[in-house]
Amino acid sequence: MSVTDNLYYGIGLPYLKLDRMTLSGKLIVIEGADCSGRSTQVALLKEWLESNGHAVLDTGLRRSDLVGEAIEEAKKGHTLGKKTLSLLYATDFADQLENKIIPAMKAGYIVLADRYIFTLMVRDLVRGADKAWLRELFGFALVPDQIFYLSLEPDTLLHRALLKYGHLDYWESGMDVCLSSDMFDSFTRYQTDLKDKFDELDLDYGFDKIDGTRSPDEIQDYIRKKVSVLLKKKMPVISKDR
Amino acid sequence: MKKARGARSYKNLPGKLIIVEGCDGSGKSTQIYLLKKWLESKGYFVFFTEWNSSDLMKKYTKKAKRKNLLTPTTFSLIHASDFADRYEKLIQPHLRAGHIVLADRYIYTAYARDIARGCDAEWLRNLYNFATKPTLAFYFRAPLEISLSRILTGRDEIKYHEAGMDLGLSKDPVESFKLFQGIIKEQYDHMAAIEGFTIMDATKSIEEQQVEMRQIVEKALVNYSSPINCAKEIQSKIMVSIKQAEG
Repeated sequence: MSVTDNLYYGIGLPYLKLDRMTLSGKLIVIEGADCSGRSTQVALLKEWLESNGHAVLDTGLRRSDLVGEAIEEAKKGHTLGKKTLSLLYATDFADQLENKIIPAMKAGYIVLADRYIFTLMVRDLVRGADKAWLRELFGFALVPDQIFYLSLEPDTLLHRALLKYGHLDYWESGMDVCLSSDMFDSFTRYQTDLKDKFDELDLDYGFDKIDGTRSPDEIQDYIRKKVSVLLKKKMPVISKDR
Repeated sequence: MKKARGARSYKNLPGKLIIVEGCDGSGKSTQIYLLKKWLESKGYFVFFTEWNSSDLMKKYTKKAKRKNLLTPTTFSLIHASDFADRYEKLIQPHLRAGHIVLADRYIYTAYARDIARGCDAEWLRNLYNFATKPTLAFYFRAPLEISLSRILTGRDEIKYHEAGMDLGLSKDPVESFKLFQGIIKEQYDHMAAIEGFTIMDATKSIEEQQVEMRQIVEKALVNYSSPINCAKEIQSKIMVSIKQAEG
């Protein structure tokens, strides 16, 4: 569990002069690989929170107006350096954080983040980035109130990906890392590496790790229980008549 | 335990990196252009790159600035992305191949501007620590009034970010530009000793400055030989031996 009371993981956003008091909302993060069931959980949680009278903002990675297109263009050409790609993603994340997440939290929203800096960090770590460099780079990120991590074996992810898309994706198979020229083989090795890095970050950042093979309902029950505790502790209970 | 911060000298880069820094209107672009002409006339292959010019990033940065979407952190990161793209695709490969690379502005421009916008200095040094330390970093220093008058004469408008309007220093663009350039100059002056800049007196004549610059560069290139010249030498040797064999 996250034990830090700090607002940011590092140096933060000094020019904003924020403090906990001005951020009356909550930040809940759901992390996990592609096909780990994140989006389903976010949608269910949003539904439940809203029916209980909470304003919710759901946000994800790579959806900003700023460099979203640049990332798409660069990935199509497959000509991007590793540092450039990680900085583009960092730019995009910073944009979401400052222009969506923080304003919503100031306004008392519950922000549900479908992936956060940890996905960006594990991707870079697998590609050989230095962990200390990444930690400091993402030192401007807010410490979430809760981080759920849906953990799944690469083998299960493989079957889910094939069921969902009918084929394996170039980037989700980590083909740019050149682990193997065979996409099937590369997928397993890449997803194994990502999982190892997630476990490594868990030690540093403290995730609430959830077994992703459990049924979606079971997982949702668990998440709601945890979120209820979080909201009771720090937020007025709005709706009692359900 | 603190790690080494900022740019480091990477050992796998046999090329030479020469960069210029200074306020707008300091004359640095003219000087590096003349330096390039000279190096080329001496037979060197020279690769030139300038700030904010990545093919990939240029249009997005422009759009973001036009729409005024940037915060100090995203301003910093979008420029870092531009730099990283040029560094990974252009600067580093040329240095690895042993070439001379000339850069009009380098990471110190980002340090000066982003610190002025409120980013943390240490965070910036970490951000850019993938970039190698230049062989020579020229800082063209001029009193603020001189660079201001050079840039302000003959111009009807200064762009929003160029004037540092996003810092909220003044509502008048010209006034804001002056204040912003003042902060940038302070940052450069502060960095000069720490980063080992070669300070150039930008009030001297263009010719005087160029003579001085060429002398300094010549010294830095004493043990340098261009890989392309080498290739030519080897080629001509091979040609000679082929002719001899044939003869």
